[in-house]
Amino acid sequence: MFKQKHIVSMRDLTRDDVDFVLDYAEKMMSCAKAGVRLLQNRILALLFFEPSTRTQLSFDSAMKRLGGSTLSLTSEDSSVLKGETLADTIKVVGGYADAIVLRHPREGAARMASEISSVPIINGGDGAGHHPTQTLLDLYTIRKESHLHDLNIALLGDLKYGRTAHSLAYALNMYDANITLVAPEGLQMPKHIVSTLDSVRLTEDIDEVIRDVDVLYVTRIQKERFPDLNEYLRVAKSYRITLPVLEGVRDNLIIMHPLPRVDEIAQEVDQTKYAKYFKQAFYGIPVRMALLAILLNGAT
Amino acid sequence: MIPDKDKEELRVRSIRNGSVIDHITAGNALNVLRILGITGTTTAIVSVVMNVPSKRLAFGRKDIVKIEDRELVPAEVDKIALIAPQATINIIRDYEVVQKKSVVLPDLITHVVRCPNLNCISNSAEPIYSKFRVLDSFVLRCGYCESIIDSDIATYLI
Repeated sequence: MFKQKHIVSMRDLTRDDVDFVLDYAEKMMSCAKAGVRLLQNRILALLFFEPSTRTQLSFDSAMKRLGGSTLSLTSEDSSVLKGETLADTIKVVGGYADAIVLRHPREGAARMASEISSVPIINGGDGAGHHPTQTLLDLYTIRKESHLHDLNIALLGDLKYGRTAHSLAYALNMYDANITLVAPEGLQMPKHIVSTLDSVRLTEDIDEVIRDVDVLYVTRIQKERFPDLNEYLRVAKSYRITLPVLEGVRDNLIIMHPLPRVDEIAQEVDQTKYAKYFKQAFYGIPVRMALLAILLNGAT
Repeated sequence: MIPDKDKEELRVRSIRNGSVIDHITAGNALNVLRILGITGTTTAIVSVVMNVPSKRLAFGRKDIVKIEDRELVPAEVDKIALIAPQATINIIRDYEVVQKKSVVLPDLITHVVRCPNLNCISNSAEPIYSKFRVLDSFVLRCGYCESIIDSDIATYLI
């Protein structure tokens, strides 16, 4: 049974917890478009101290599909501009809503919120820290479009700063996945995360692994990480997924991306059977519906 | 001519009441003072001895701190374990050792070290104290942002 009151980090969840959420998300699939009145008269607060499109919209959509409603606060709003602490904001909003989704620029913000909040906190991203609902929808996508058992997966891109990749690697390890980390020099995953993975290999060369994997998970390489623009352009080009790069890959390969994409996956790849990133974005709805139903209704 | 034994004793005299922290990893006496909140403005009588020969510690050197008229409580003792895991604490009353304690690494330490991640919520104006889970000797994980400290713990002491 699911015992978590808050969703802050994947580290808080057991494999049973994750399976429970994924199974529940599967039940939500049929109502992800039509809706189901599980959370009528319930209110979800969306506190976004940093801009976000997908996370904010998909939580908003998920709550409304469940028959509930939402309140929104952004960093442009009055109390934040007046310098109110996050701790005070959380205590106040806890009186207005039944659960809070929090995105904040500082790492650890959601953990602090969970310690003082009277209502469930869902971490919608804390700085370069965690984004557990993204990880859950990633796992759901892998389970639905490929398989979690005996999985070979490559994570590609900025693995040093990319929080998506950190949480995902941690979670995949719970499923005994064989993980290959493909990153340019200087952007490889931090050692303290790599050392917790049981089956992992590190490389700089995508060509070395692309024909051996079931899932290719692409993340963005951010320009601002490079002191030199030419170096960025060289690296970005060598990690770009195009049709020629995909020659000889496994027939059942799936390509995922947390989005937004800039040009790390060529548009032409969208038309191939491998491209699953838009489906992945859609799966955010049933997964977030499942989480909200579980946290707010204690679904069993 | 002073005999060798007496020379050793002259270095720091015995204290009547208070705490003696012995077997501190050499070089860490001042960090122990920091942990105990003892600064240059203290009115307590404090003796610090550094780099004394020791058979028990690696490199054959240790530091000793004596604080008069203050008996360390267990929470203080355990914080010392972070930087000097082999330290022992003797509580002295009327020149007698009435209690001898070894330091024990606590599972959780609050408001002792600062998170190295400047963007961690514990380094902001929020009304919270830093909090670290002790994973192992010399390895700490921030209770907020999960950053790891695995070297130079002393530099992060608050």
